[in-house]
Amino acid sequence: MARLTVNGVVREVDAEPDTPLLWVIREQIGLTGTKYGCGIAQCGACTVHIDGAAVRSCSMPLSAVEPGQKIVTIEGLAPGAAHPVQQAWAELDVPQCGFCQPGMIMASAALLAQTPHPSEEQIRQEITNICRCGTYNRVLAGIKLAAERGQSG
Amino acid sequence: MSVDQKAPRPSRRAMLAGAGLFTLGFHIPFKATAATLDGAPQAPEVNAWVVVKPDETVVIRIARSEMGQGTLTGLAQLVAEELGCDWARVTTEYPSPGQNLARKRVWGDYSTGGSRGVRDSHEYVRKGGAAARMMLVAAAAKGWGVPEAECRVERGVITHGPSGRSTTFGAVSAEAAKIAPPQDVALKDPKDWTIAGKPLKRLDTLPKLDGSQVYGLDLKLPGLLNAAIRDCPVTGGTVKSFDAAAVSAMPGVKRVIPVGDSAVAVVADTFWRAKTALDALAIVWDEGPNAAVSSETIAATLREGLDADQAFVGNKAGDVAGALKGAAKVVEAVYGVPFQNHATMEPMNATALWTPERCEVWTPTQNGEAALAATADAAGLPATSCEVYKIHLGGGFGRRGATHDWVRQAVLIAKEMPGTPVKLIWTREEDMTHGRYHPVTQCRMRAALDADGTLTGLHMRISGQSILAAIAPQRMVEGRDPVTFQGLNPGGPEAAIGYTIPNLLIDHAMRNPHILPGFWRGVNLNPNAIYLECFMDELAHATGQDPLAFRLKLMDKHPKHRAVLQAVAERIGWDSKPPEGVFRGICQTMGFGSYVAGAAEVSVSDQGEVKIHRIVAATDPGHAVNPQQIDAQVAGSFVYGLSAALYGACTVKDGRIEQTNFDSYPVMKMDAMPAVEAILMPSGGFWGGVGEPTIAVAAPAVLNAVFAATGKRVRHLPLRDTDLRRA
Ligand code: FES
Ligand code: FES
Repeated sequence: MARLTVNGVVREVDAEPDTPLLWVIREQIGLTGTKYGCGIAQCGACTVHIDGAAVRSCSMPLSAVEPGQKIVTIEGLAPGAAHPVQQAWAELDVPQCGFCQPGMIMASAALLAQTPHPSEEQIRQEITNICRCGTYNRVLAGIKLAAERGQSG
Repeated sequence: MSVDQKAPRPSRRAMLAGAGLFTLGFHIPFKATAATLDGAPQAPEVNAWVVVKPDETVVIRIARSEMGQGTLTGLAQLVAEELGCDWARVTTEYPSPGQNLARKRVWGDYSTGGSRGVRDSHEYVRKGGAAARMMLVAAAAKGWGVPEAECRVERGVITHGPSGRSTTFGAVSAEAAKIAPPQDVALKDPKDWTIAGKPLKRLDTLPKLDGSQVYGLDLKLPGLLNAAIRDCPVTGGTVKSFDAAAVSAMPGVKRVIPVGDSAVAVVADTFWRAKTALDALAIVWDEGPNAAVSSETIAATLREGLDADQAFVGNKAGDVAGALKGAAKVVEAVYGVPFQNHATMEPMNATALWTPERCEVWTPTQNGEAALAATADAAGLPATSCEVYKIHLGGGFGRRGATHDWVRQAVLIAKEMPGTPVKLIWTREEDMTHGRYHPVTQCRMRAALDADGTLTGLHMRISGQSILAAIAPQRMVEGRDPVTFQGLNPGGPEAAIGYTIPNLLIDHAMRNPHILPGFWRGVNLNPNAIYLECFMDELAHATGQDPLAFRLKLMDKHPKHRAVLQAVAERIGWDSKPPEGVFRGICQTMGFGSYVAGAAEVSVSDQGEVKIHRIVAATDPGHAVNPQQIDAQVAGSFVYGLSAALYGACTVKDGRIEQTNFDSYPVMKMDAMPAVEAILMPSGGFWGGVGEPTIAVAAPAVLNAVFAATGKRVRHLPLRDTDLRRA
């Protein structure tokens, strides 16, 4: 049994140590907002925060999570989806199919936590998530809007 | 009058009680329906399209699938417009394909492809909304004992003019349900629209922001098991043997099951354990007759077709051979495009529950009725004993429409475990290597020009794959695949060529490799626009003419094509000098009933790196249902089209697709995304699609600009295969 702190709740999980954190979150813990898109750290659909930093959970084995590390998934980002990134997304209608968006939002939130006022170039370099519907320009606008509003959400 | 008056109208409650039985008490996992299953008193439907609850919530039923393109919102806008309800109270739900079958297709066609979500169904959904309004008004008027004509409707409130009395939709909806549907239903003039045609926000955004939107991948059912599958890597091959015993004791594994004669699945408690066991499973394949096929052998077959005597004619005028013979100048070039995978962000998946009496499937699909047919077929049961629940799609792009190969697999697996629901998820690798690919074609362009550089003749020979031959042979016309000629037709409302060329021959030598093709967003319009529009550019340069002016000379009889082309030229500033080091390309086409044009500004570094600075796209879709969504569709189209043009190619070696994931099949990311300016110029009078046509102008606009920048003509995609470094 491994012990994980996910969205502020301590969970005991029963999974092989080499199980990717993504599948532990989805299948053992039952939080399905974190998506599977590639399994090889290429697409970012599985992005979660570990101690505030964006991590592609499909490529992190359960055994690599250290005791006491705080994992946050899209479901736990902010109560009532009130994070400035989520609010900006709602205002600009960013999602199309939406499948990539939990990962986009988590990556964007982590970027802003680290760099509250990123330049456009920084955003383009840092957000490497794949969106096949092609929402990139609205994602870009959404991050700028969230940055303008500040991180105080 | 499209609302079927004779269809039996069971109450909503009766329908759902039935559904509840069939689902063995499972919770149907999408919000709108879940809300109606919670035991609260049900409002009867006013008609098949509209339910108004006592609290004034308006439920609009949508048959087409939402896959990100905004169809759900657009169709709801059309119904709401005619209904005259309060937009803030609108919610939507999908009626299931089984209900549609039981009610004699009262909701019409479920197919969502070919950019048809709105354009094929606008009339009957609007009539559905209008008929419901008339019934609500009739109910109110009857209650007051006044003529209906004295009542007016505004935002869900019905007012009797002379007396000033008013009531609400919610208050009279139960009575309205008893009123006979009207015979004559008049529709509003689009110029009076207040909801349709407006840039309203999407109805489906909020659950996509907090992880609560349920996709097929996320479905939960009591007792659910998970399956991973491996199909023979070579299409046409079969399973020879596999060693189930070696993996049966691995954690969580329940069963190892052959699926058809070409695949093996592992069923386990979790997907990860199923996949882990499948990876450990030794499968011996009989790779069959296609094991030696490669991209090179396919290309050779297609090259042979370029010169073949037999070809299907798609468009013909005058005498091309004569024109070529008498030409002052002949220009010739061969182009080609590779296979492309749809690579929807959510891999294929379906959950199936089979018993000897009944089979149910939960899946993201672009065509619920086709999914139901595939379910019934694989289940060995009549369609009336099956049901499909459409789950939200993580992208479609054509992959989830025409064939339901993954549904068939899921049902075959579930059939081995009666009474147990099993969710089949494809890994990205399975998805990448078992697609229904954008068809592979080559094209020889041969042009006759007179001494003034005017185009007098054109022979366009397409050689390659037919989509219809593989997946819908019943739609072929005397052996010919009309889809192959998308954007090149002599006329018609769908996909007509935009130039007048006195001597013209466009024909298709069909060559079908074993790699299965499918409808890929934009379909054959993509390669055809590349071939024609890049070659037009070649002709302009070969005769020392401006690419815009050269085209316009041929477009007098094609005012709508010309209008969008001129619009992008004006916006990009074609007549002015671009910024230092930046070069421009331009193009136009018509497809899916819409006229589109594109212009691009690019620069190419000495190292050959292409940077796209700016894209301008113009679309004339006739009527625009939601400008905001169209804007998003246009930007998204460019990402999809440019991903393919710049990087995408699925190549074949030893009979199988070589690319397995996004590391070997790269797609556009944010760093390469240009600014996109969309010009929407609806000219009225027709209904064109918006989800696809713009893709087709992405590649030629950029490739023409790359030529302007480098003098190198990219004729074979993807662009990354061409060395653009400065010599
Ligand atoms: S699923 Fe983890 S990066 Fe794609
Ligand atoms: S919104 Fe569909 S993949 Fe990004």
